[in-house]
Amino acid sequence: MVPPKEDKQVATPARKAETCDTGEPDWTSGLKRLYDSVLDEPLPDSFKDLLSKLDQNGAK
Amino acid sequence: MSKQATKRELPERSEEDKRAFKRELTEVVPHLRAFARGLCGRPDMADDLVQEALLKAWAAQDRFEPGTSMRAWTFVILRNAYLTDMRRNRFRGEYDEGVAERILTAPAGQEEPIHLSDLHRALLTLPPERREALLLVGAGGFSYEEAANICGCAVGTIKSRVGRARAALSSMIQDGDIPDRSIGDPAAHRAILQELDEVAAGRGEAAASSK
Repeated sequence: MVPPKEDKQVATPARKAETCDTGEPDWTSGLKRLYDSVLDEPLPDSFKDLLSKLDQNGAK
Repeated sequence: MSKQATKRELPERSEEDKRAFKRELTEVVPHLRAFARGLCGRPDMADDLVQEALLKAWAAQDRFEPGTSMRAWTFVILRNAYLTDMRRNRFRGEYDEGVAERILTAPAGQEEPIHLSDLHRALLTLPPERREALLLVGAGGFSYEEAANICGCAVGTIKSRVGRARAALSSMIQDGDIPDRSIGDPAAHRAILQELDEVAAGRGEAAASSK
């Protein structure tokens, strides 16, 4: 058992620093998180306004 | 007039089709925002771009084939709007550090090996065609084939771009060396514009790109 080194601010994750089991670099999860963090944001009102305007114009 | 092979009769849209289009378009907005944010880094610019893309998609809705991927279709539109805007505005890879810092915070309790804001900045230093390829495949979850369709290039090209993007990011992150793509550097600036021209030359044809 390797003790976790969470106190270190070296920012090394618990698993291997460079690649995880699939051979993908660790930061790939960060890339998805980056994307998903925007998905999770509430939609600004400007978009709701735009979408509802589309409706009106498209009704014709 | 470029390709007549793609020319064919567009079926009349029923009211149901139109409602479905609107619904699907609405559902895909968060994805467009995420893709745009990854492409251009600045949330305000990204949202402007998405609004532009939404208007274009709406105007071109007769060209959308019901049953196909709305996300892929709108991504092509967004991508082309991005390329057009960036070339027109002489894009300089601007990056708003403060805003990114606020927005790209990792969820509490999940310590990331690197900060998301660093990752985003590193991403923005990549040449645009590699950045978009990595975003599509690595963040958006598109297959290589789908990404190739969106970018209007061969699957092998996408694979190679993703591979190079991954290698570049890995090495930047490993070395802790994430360079600024400096606005003040004319050589870098020229290089970016050149890249944009090349990327634009291969723009996707799967959607409303011709107008």
